[in-house]
Order: sequence, then structure tokens, then C-alpha cells
Amino acid sequence: MSARSHTTEPTWVRYTLIGLALGFVLLFLVLPLAAVATEALRKGVDAYWEALKEPDAWSAIRLTLITAVIAVPMNLVFGVSAAWCIAKYEFKGKAFLTTLVDLPFSVSPVVAGLVYVLMFGAHGWFGPWLQAHDIKIIFAVPGIVLATMFVTFPFIARELIPLMQEQGTEEEQAAQVLGASGWQTFWHVTLPNIKWGLVYGVILCNARAMGEFGAVSVVSGHIRGQTNTMPLHVEILYNEYQSVAAFAVASLLALLAVLTLVIKQVVEWHFERDQKAAASLPPERPLADKP
Amino acid sequence: MTAAILSAPAAMVPLPKRAQKRVLPGFNLTLGYTLLYLSLIVLIPLSALVFKTFTLTWEQFWLAVASPRVVASYQLTFGASFIAALVNAVFGLLLAWVLVRYTFPGKKIVDALVDLPFALPTAVAGISLTALLAGNGWIGQYLEPHGIQLAFNRNGIVIALIFIGLPFVVRTVQPVLEDCEKELEEAATCLGATRWQTFRFVIFPSIAPALLTGFAMAFARAVGEYGSVIFIAGNMPMVSEITPLIIIGKLEQYDYAGATAVATVMLVISFVLLLVINALQAWQRRRSGAQS
Repeated sequence: MSARSHTTEPTWVRYTLIGLALGFVLLFLVLPLAAVATEALRKGVDAYWEALKEPDAWSAIRLTLITAVIAVPMNLVFGVSAAWCIAKYEFKGKAFLTTLVDLPFSVSPVVAGLVYVLMFGAHGWFGPWLQAHDIKIIFAVPGIVLATMFVTFPFIARELIPLMQEQGTEEEQAAQVLGASGWQTFWHVTLPNIKWGLVYGVILCNARAMGEFGAVSVVSGHIRGQTNTMPLHVEILYNEYQSVAAFAVASLLALLAVLTLVIKQVVEWHFERDQKAAASLPPERPLADKP
Repeated sequence: MTAAILSAPAAMVPLPKRAQKRVLPGFNLTLGYTLLYLSLIVLIPLSALVFKTFTLTWEQFWLAVASPRVVASYQLTFGASFIAALVNAVFGLLLAWVLVRYTFPGKKIVDALVDLPFALPTAVAGISLTALLAGNGWIGQYLEPHGIQLAFNRNGIVIALIFIGLPFVVRTVQPVLEDCEKELEEAATCLGATRWQTFRFVIFPSIAPALLTGFAMAFARAVGEYGSVIFIAGNMPMVSEITPLIIIGKLEQYDYAGATAVATVMLVISFVLLLVINALQAWQRRRSGAQS
């Protein structure tokens, strides 16, 4: 006990620090979540359901789902591809490529939306051509999907690159020596190894894709019932002083956030369990289990 | 069964260097697809911004990026982001410390909750913080009578930016703190250091790079933030109007040239911040590599 006390703090210091930290978490994280729930239910459960049954709310929910269903798989394929080529090979310019993959994280969402307006808007590069062919990208669904793809671009690659780098290429090389094709190697050797990282990346990417506001706001045009995603619908309702309706739609997004955190926690448990299981095996790699 | 036997020699056979490099298939395919997708979604659109800027004359550009209203917005954006990142550095370090070093009931939940700002859409964060801090809100109603206003002014901006930057410092410092060697602290104690001296001279230097990285990430995120801020800021020109909102305002008036010019300034700043963060991370890796 006395040995321990030399590398920790006196009890009162510990309790003060814990108290301060918990106070901060309560103020900045718990209260905002609680506020969403109470504001949404301020006028009772019936008003809450009425707000969610609105056709405009429904079309916003549908558009948000469509956007995520397109953007997340696109970034998933990219993430796996980028992680494979960055983690499994050595080549010139690798560090630079990794930096470029990270770039959308540091670009302001508003700028991300603007660049698509400059490409596809009426005065943009492809604007006249698109107008001549009667294709709408800006102020329409394709622009929303593109802007969402931009802001969620790095999520899955970011999770996979360090994970795949850590695992090296030995197992894949072994599969190759045994005559597996490239796809077989990927499906049966690499994928089982990275599955938790993949799920982790996908849920974070999905949360951002469904919740993106700034970039989507620039390209959407805010046409009610047509180009409003859930976060944009929240903004419109809020600015129209329909507080209960705004918080009702916001509560769905908050629920999504909480669900994301729960899944993330479950994934972390599984990942740690798998790591422990791998560590407790004898020094030989557990290749024998694999077909 | 045979796999385990075969894999060991396979790794040891000295292959010619070129062959070793390309033993896994798919290099051309994945690199090609990565570059194609990166170009289509990120690089070409961003270059559209840069090209558009070059079509402006120097005077047009300067007029757009250096008008008093825009300069006021830079001061506000960077000032508020700096204060928010500073608060996050202090409380992020505290949270990381408490989560790594101490045990208390509900620790797992707090740990999971730290990521909430990553998962909660910014618009939701914006309206719920506003609801809390406005004059009739849970917190606002106690502060308003004392003349403290937290919503619809600069205070609100800082608070929103603290919220969205909160996970960065915690998540960069936490793993480094977990890897800190207890032996060093024991040695310091044996040599007569007080607990504060041990923290100041032994623990702090080893987590400083991570702390700075987290600070820079929170700052970079705050500079570009839009969704959570606009609800709580009040958005008064010259007073509480952030730079991303200036871009939106110019777009709504069809001033594409002006919006592009200001966006280019922001893009350059993001580039610089990205390079700073990369350099900090490299420093951190060297530091932890030298220790172990």
C-alpha cells in the first residue's frame, strides 16, 4: 500500500481531479444530450410523434438514409483499397499520399461544399454543359451525396491503415505461397484480421454522413421535401421557431449518435478479446485454423 | 496444419528485393483506384477552388479577403478557436489523466461518452447548447439575472467550439499516458522528487507532444466549424460572425468570387495546420520511439 502511494496522489487530490473531470463531462456532454430529449418531449409524446409524422420530416429522413447508403459504401471500398496499398507496400510518395487522404478532415465543411458549387454550379466548370444536358447536381441529391462523400472521405481509411500496417504481410504471403489467389487472400486472410477496424470505421463514417451539416447546407439549396437532409430540416424548423419539431428530428440524430457510441464500445470489447486470444496462443501464428 | 509449417520458411527464404516487394498482388489495382477516387472526390474539386481564385485580379482578391468585416471574422474565428483549444487542452489532459490513472464508478461510461462530439451531428449540438444557455434555458436562467450571457454572443461560440473539440486532446493523450512507464516515476520518487515535481519533470515532458498534437487538432477542427456555431453565435456582423459564415453569406448574394477568395485563405490555413499536425505526430513518434 505504501509503495503504491508514492506513485499516486493524496486522496483529496484524486477526488478533486475526478470531481472536476466529471463536472466537465456533465456540463459539456450529459446536459446537451438530456436537453435534446426534454426539449423534444416538452409538449408531450403526442406532439413528438406528430412532428415525426410530418411528410417533410419523412422525406428528410429518407434523403439522409439514401445519402449514407451511397456515401458509406463508396468510402468503404476506397478505404480498403487505400489501406491495402499504403499498408502492404513500400513506394515513393507514400507519406504524401497518406497526408492527402487525411486532407478532407482539415478542410472546413463549408469550403468542401463550395468546391462542388464551383465545379457543378450554374457558373462552375461543368455548369453550362450540365445545364445543356438537363442534369442537376448542385441544389439536388447528387451534390448532397458528393459533399457527404468528401467530408467522410478519410474515416475508414484512417482506421484501417494503422491496423493493417501493424499486422504486416506475413499471413498474406503465406496464403500466396499456398496458392491462394489475390481475392482469396483478401477474403479469407486479411478481412477476418481487419473486420473490427472495418466495422469501427463504417459506423463512424455513417454517423458523420448522416449528421453532416455545413457542406451539405452549401450544396442543398434547402428545398423542403426534396433536398433537405435531417440536419438541414432541424435548422429550418428551429429557425421557424418550431422548437418541439426541431428537437424531435434532432432526437433521432442524437439517438443515432448514442447508438454509434454503443456499437463502438461493443466493437472495442470484441477487438480486445480477439487480441487477448491471439496473445494467449503459443508463439506460432494461429494459421492452422484457417482453411 | 501444413500452413503453420510452411509459413515460417516462406518468410525466411531470401527473395530478390523486387520480387519481395510485389509478392502480394493488387498493388497496381489498389494504388490506381485510390489515386482515381482521391482525384475525383478531393483533388480536382479543390483545384477548382484554386483555379477560380487565379481568375481574380489581385485587387479583387485583396478586397474580398481583407475587408474589415472579413478581418473581424478571422480574429473571432482564430481567437475563439484558440481559447476553446486551450480549455480543451487543460480539461482534456485532466480527463485523460483521470480515465487512465484512477478508478471510479461509471468510468467506462464516461470513457465512451468522450466520443459523443464525434458522433453527434453538429446542428444537434448547436441547438441543444443554445437551448441550455439561452435566457430561459437550464443553465442560462441562473446566469442571466447576474448579467452573464452565454448564448448569442462570442461566449457561445467558444462553448460550442469546446464541445466539438473535446475528444481530440483526450484521445491523443490517453494512449501515451497508458504507455508511460511507472518505473520512471518510482525512480523520481526514490530520488526525492515530490509528486508535483514528478509530474512536472517526468510525466509532462513525455506527454507534451501528444498534448500539443491534440491541441492543434482541436484548433484545426474549430477553425473550420460551422454547424454548431451558427445557432449559438447570434451572427452579428463584425461581432460574432465566423469566417465560414462569411463564405455562406457571400454565396447567398451570388458573390462567387468573394466566397472563393475567402475560402482559399481558409484552405491555405487548413494546409498549414495539417502540416503542423503531421510534424507534431512525427515528433511524438520519435519521442516514444526513443523511450522504448
